[in-house]
Amino acid sequence: MPGLEDLYREIILDHYRNPRNRGELPVPPAHKVEGFNPLCGDEIVIYLEVSDDNVVNDIKIAGQGCSISQSSASMMSSAVKGKTVDEVRELIRAFKSMMSIHESSLEGEGGEGEDGAVNGSGVKLGDLEALRGVVKFPVRIKCATLAWNTLTQALDEIG
Amino acid sequence: MAVTPTPATGACGRIDVAAVKRDFPLLHVHVHGRPITYLDSAATSQKPQAVLDRLDWYYRNINANVHRGVYSIAEEATNQLETARDRVRSFIGAKSTAEVVFTKNATESLNLVIQGWGRANLSPGDAVVLTHLEHHANIVPWQILATERELELRWVPLTADGHLDTTHLDQLLDGAKAFSFTAMSNVLGTVTPVRELADAARAAGAISIVDACQYVPHLPTDVQAMGADFIAFSGHKMCGPTGIGVLWGREELLDAMPPFLGGGEMIRDVRLDGFTPNDLPWKFEAGTPPIAEAIGLGAAIEYLETLGMVAVRQHEIDLVGHAMQVLTERFGERIQIHGPVNPQDRGGVLSFAFDNLHPHDISQVLDQHGVCVRAGHHCAKPLMRVLGLQATARASFYIYNDEADVEALAAALESAADFFML
Repeated sequence: MPGLEDLYREIILDHYRNPRNRGELPVPPAHKVEGFNPLCGDEIVIYLEVSDDNVVNDIKIAGQGCSISQSSASMMSSAVKGKTVDEVRELIRAFKSMMSIHESSLEGEGGEGEDGAVNGSGVKLGDLEALRGVVKFPVRIKCATLAWNTLTQALDEIG
Repeated sequence: MAVTPTPATGACGRIDVAAVKRDFPLLHVHVHGRPITYLDSAATSQKPQAVLDRLDWYYRNINANVHRGVYSIAEEATNQLETARDRVRSFIGAKSTAEVVFTKNATESLNLVIQGWGRANLSPGDAVVLTHLEHHANIVPWQILATERELELRWVPLTADGHLDTTHLDQLLDGAKAFSFTAMSNVLGTVTPVRELADAARAAGAISIVDACQYVPHLPTDVQAMGADFIAFSGHKMCGPTGIGVLWGREELLDAMPPFLGGGEMIRDVRLDGFTPNDLPWKFEAGTPPIAEAIGLGAAIEYLETLGMVAVRQHEIDLVGHAMQVLTERFGERIQIHGPVNPQDRGGVLSFAFDNLHPHDISQVLDQHGVCVRAGHHCAKPLMRVLGLQATARASFYIYNDEADVEALAAALESAADFFML
């Protein structure tokens, strides 16, 4: 049976205690999108500023939620800053694919994927790998993916 | 039938919790290597051996479809089903079994009244009064009907300590056709003054509908004394199986209502050009009923009657009072218990905020200690908004919980705080 340490890695707790990029951005130029987890009432607000050449110049996170949703949002904000929109979409795909790994592939897990690469996509998840353990706690997957779904919505709206 | 509930009340009418605990097989499992501490009975109760035995006995010995069967086991199944109905009738003090309708749960019971009575009696512009305490099951069906019938929904607000604020109740009820309210909040534990509210509704010419899901399992229930017109509750929160609920209604009102679901059993005659509905209560029981579940509920009621509902109520007041005292003394301002301060005013439900920890995180760490509590909005999102909360952690107590369970909860909370070190 998975233990607490599988879920709450030190880096997750660090992002929960000291969330990065917390706050708001003026709208416009930033775009504001809200996301809700209807199951637990968690809410997240993302302020996203994308430059004319499609680079994420700045991102801020507001809202409230559990340690998993908050740390996932915090890590996401660090990971996407300075990336192009295409790179961000790649990252979202890689993260969500990690969150949908079937339980059986976690048994005897020798390491955190090969060199942090996921499903051969070649995208480095880095610190985000710490959230891999969440899939062992299926009810918490929605917490971890809330920020990412909201970010997708923001990118779609910006077009 | 070899089913004898264990007498677990002592000479002074108090519950012998150790004896009760022995009657519930699930309370002896281990979770993450620790003995389970089950504190989620407001969501569903555990089941005593007597109920499990009754279900097993039914399927092994008399399983057959009820009503119209001429052979022995069909007749016996019918007898047992109707005997269970009579047990429910006497448990809630109803006049007649015609007033006891079996449904699949309290939600279906509420939908039955709201759709059945509501459609027959409400027109555009009519007002219905609800309260801020309600579970979604007593809100959404009204909202569905309100959209269809252009109804006005009015809301009884709360006081700061989680009671219904009845200051302006007469104005809210003025011209209203129905008042639908909970007898006990599943979030705050608030026990509402059902009689007073039902009388106010009647004085205003409105019918009263009571969501008694959290009430019937925990307090002595007398539908005559409550004075309401309809009362809904579920079997699974009172030691019975899932899949069985009850709607009690005044016979004259049920009689005047159109059927809710159509099908077999609920008819007396069907012709190509129409149908004649069956007598009460079967008029509202379309299709094969939850036979085993109803019979299991009968066994659950026998079990609760052996304990005595007065003793059950006293046990919960004592235990909730003890829990509030222990948690407050131990954690001081680190814990905030929502709802009424006086244990006499509440049922066995404790919703709380702890150390700025998110309820999901609390619940996750508690699980590692074998402690089962619920985290979330408890299907009462409008109430959570009124309270300015996103979610709460909720511990709820029942007949098999004791001071050791409170201690396990407190110890697990301490370790959650240590773990997150906020």
